[in-house]
Amino acid sequence: MNAIQRLGRIGIDFCGHLGVSGLFLCRAVFCRPKLRQAWPLFSYQLYKIGILSLIIILLSALFIGMVVALQGYNTLRKFGAEQELGQLVALSVVRELGPVVAALLFAGRAGSALTAELGLMRATQQIGGMEMMAVDPMWRIVAPRLWAGFIALPILAILFNVVAIMGGHFVGVDWLGVDDGAFWSNMQEAVGFREDIVNGIIKSVVFGFITTWVAVYQGFYSEPNAAGISKATTRTVVFSSLLVLALDFVLTSLMMGGW
Amino acid sequence: MNSIVKIQQLCFSVSGRPIFKGIDLEVPYNKIVAIMGPSGTGKTTLLNLIGGRLKPDSGSVFVHNQNVHALSRKELYQLRRRIGVLFQEGALFTDLNVFENVAFPLREHTHLPEDMIQDLVRMQLHAVGLRGAANLKIDELSGGMARRVAMARATVLGPELMLYDEPFTGQDPISRGVLVKLIKELNDALGLTSVLVSHDVPETSLIADYIYILAGGKIIGAGTPQQLLNTDAAQVKQFIHGLPDGPVAFHYPANDYREDLKL
Repeated sequence: MNAIQRLGRIGIDFCGHLGVSGLFLCRAVFCRPKLRQAWPLFSYQLYKIGILSLIIILLSALFIGMVVALQGYNTLRKFGAEQELGQLVALSVVRELGPVVAALLFAGRAGSALTAELGLMRATQQIGGMEMMAVDPMWRIVAPRLWAGFIALPILAILFNVVAIMGGHFVGVDWLGVDDGAFWSNMQEAVGFREDIVNGIIKSVVFGFITTWVAVYQGFYSEPNAAGISKATTRTVVFSSLLVLALDFVLTSLMMGGW
Repeated sequence: MNSIVKIQQLCFSVSGRPIFKGIDLEVPYNKIVAIMGPSGTGKTTLLNLIGGRLKPDSGSVFVHNQNVHALSRKELYQLRRRIGVLFQEGALFTDLNVFENVAFPLREHTHLPEDMIQDLVRMQLHAVGLRGAANLKIDELSGGMARRVAMARATVLGPELMLYDEPFTGQDPISRGVLVKLIKELNDALGLTSVLVSHDVPETSLIADYIYILAGGKIIGAGTPQQLLNTDAAQVKQFIHGLPDGPVAFHYPANDYREDLKL
């Protein structure tokens, strides 16, 4: 009986959190910003969330592209199909690795930083102070971070794709000797703009939305102490990563199903 | 109503634990009223109820004759523009410097030209003795300086009511003296009404016109500082004179000591 009660309690808590986070998102997205101040706040967050995540995203992309090319070359060579390496690298990166790995790195780097920052702002009464000064923290603190995250991740994922393909080209063509023309022409032939590139971008838009939402919600409602901020930061990385992987499966199913 | 703040039969609990059990309290215009009591009695909670950040279980809080908890969000924000709050930790924005922290309410709530904002902020900082610190970052300030910056920010829009949350806690004697002087001078010079939450008896007694003492969810004593210093009520006497023995027990409620030690 206790187990059933506990299960019920978990279900009720889950629904409660879902409702609160949904309202939180609506308030942040539909709050009325002061245009004079909104742009500087947004651009600063775009710099912090997007530009400062560039190095880790691009370096990871380079190495991932290189590894995919190396592994792919060794497998393709067994079938005498090493000229198809460009196609293999591009499809792997554009369809899956780009959006998913960029989102996971984004959740670890920018998402955890967002949560910790908002949690610390709550712990040091900055959010309470703002409310008492009759300034809505939703538009002043949450909305700029949310929009910056929505916009930054798709751009980072596109840059990830480009750099990963360059990494694959470096290993495949410059190191392993795959023909340069075959590398690019096979890639061009196999990669479709709408079904591969646009679908990849759609995935990264969804992932950007989810990871930033989780990060700002966890930070905004974290317990105002060191342990609370630590828990919230961990939850951000865990929930974001799981949601990204689960949603990747759902989106891929929809896209493969002729959507 | 002649009071800027009027609290009637206020009850508030957290997770079923009662914090206030029907308290009544009034703050007259242009006075400094202190709310004192041992740590954990809900003094800061009371400020949050006055500011509308928490909702009571029952009872009402009137500020400027408006029932705080019956207001819409927009009306509440309008009311809050007339209230200044000095938080326990200062609540300064760490991504802004001293100048920008003080300018923050002006930039948010007014359309003043930049040169006027510059002048107003420098005047505010001069009033708290920190004009020379305008360009410092928040993490370069001492605790006392941070409170003074927070005070400059809280009063920059000319509030009618100031709420001070433990302004003297953790301050050195000089900073305490400076804060006592500033609270009194700002109250008199700007014609404010101040609600001062504290457990520092000497400093509060110097400037408060009236003191309420909270304990166990109720007001156990009220009066002028002199009246409370001379009171015979055991619990008030213990708090005001800082006596280790009295109605407030030294030990947190526990099982029998012998039983715990298995004697």
